[in-house]
Amino acid sequence: MIEMTEETKPKRMAIIASKGTLDQAYPPLILASTAVALDMEVAIFFTFYGLDIVNKKKLEKLKVAPLGNPSMPVPVPNFIGGLPGMTYVATSMMKSWMNNAGVATVPDLLNACIEMDVKLIACQMTMDVLGIKREDLIDELEVGGAATFLEFAQDADITLFV
Amino acid sequence: MEANETLDTSGLSCPLPVLKSKKKIKSMEVGSILKIIATDPGSGKDIPSWCRVTGQELLETAEEDGKFIFYVKRNK
Repeated sequence: MIEMTEETKPKRMAIIASKGTLDQAYPPLILASTAVALDMEVAIFFTFYGLDIVNKKKLEKLKVAPLGNPSMPVPVPNFIGGLPGMTYVATSMMKSWMNNAGVATVPDLLNACIEMDVKLIACQMTMDVLGIKREDLIDELEVGGAATFLEFAQDADITLFV
Repeated sequence: MEANETLDTSGLSCPLPVLKSKKKIKSMEVGSILKIIATDPGSGKDIPSWCRVTGQELLETAEEDGKFIFYVKRNK
């Protein structure tokens, strides 16, 4: 009987994506798409800066900043990282490393998530706070609040905050 | 080993070999065999994990010229 339940009910993963930098966009999208490939049901709740990952105008232009970031593979002192244009330089470098390593782009991974029916939820409250309109975001998501996410997440086997 | 279809993911990184394997095997008939070629070093562990979690059968693995080769039978 237990086996049957496990057989019929897929595992479920619920992710909160709260960051909008290039590096922090990857974990939710990679884990969500892979989880579906592992036959799980997945939802991502985009809140605060995480909304940039599903913002039509921003999702292809996510950046990584060298300022206050001691983990850049090529270390950049803060007094240089704070110079105009350094975020652009760091982002270009990161994108070229990723490209050379055969890593999918953020738009590619987002499209994979959409194709694989990952449930995408945009946080209504933070959209209002940040002045983001429904039409700024990709069509394939639903707008909801904490309760919308929690209704899905209450049955989750895995929950992650990114 | 004879495979019904082959998927070459050479040059692609995590998670693409797994995503593409999933998409490919869904298009094949139950009982048929998919040969997966990957250069992603992580795929050596990821493809077997994917097989275990999704109930597909990993028949054989090999390494040739820095490439990982997997033969996976679609069980369900």
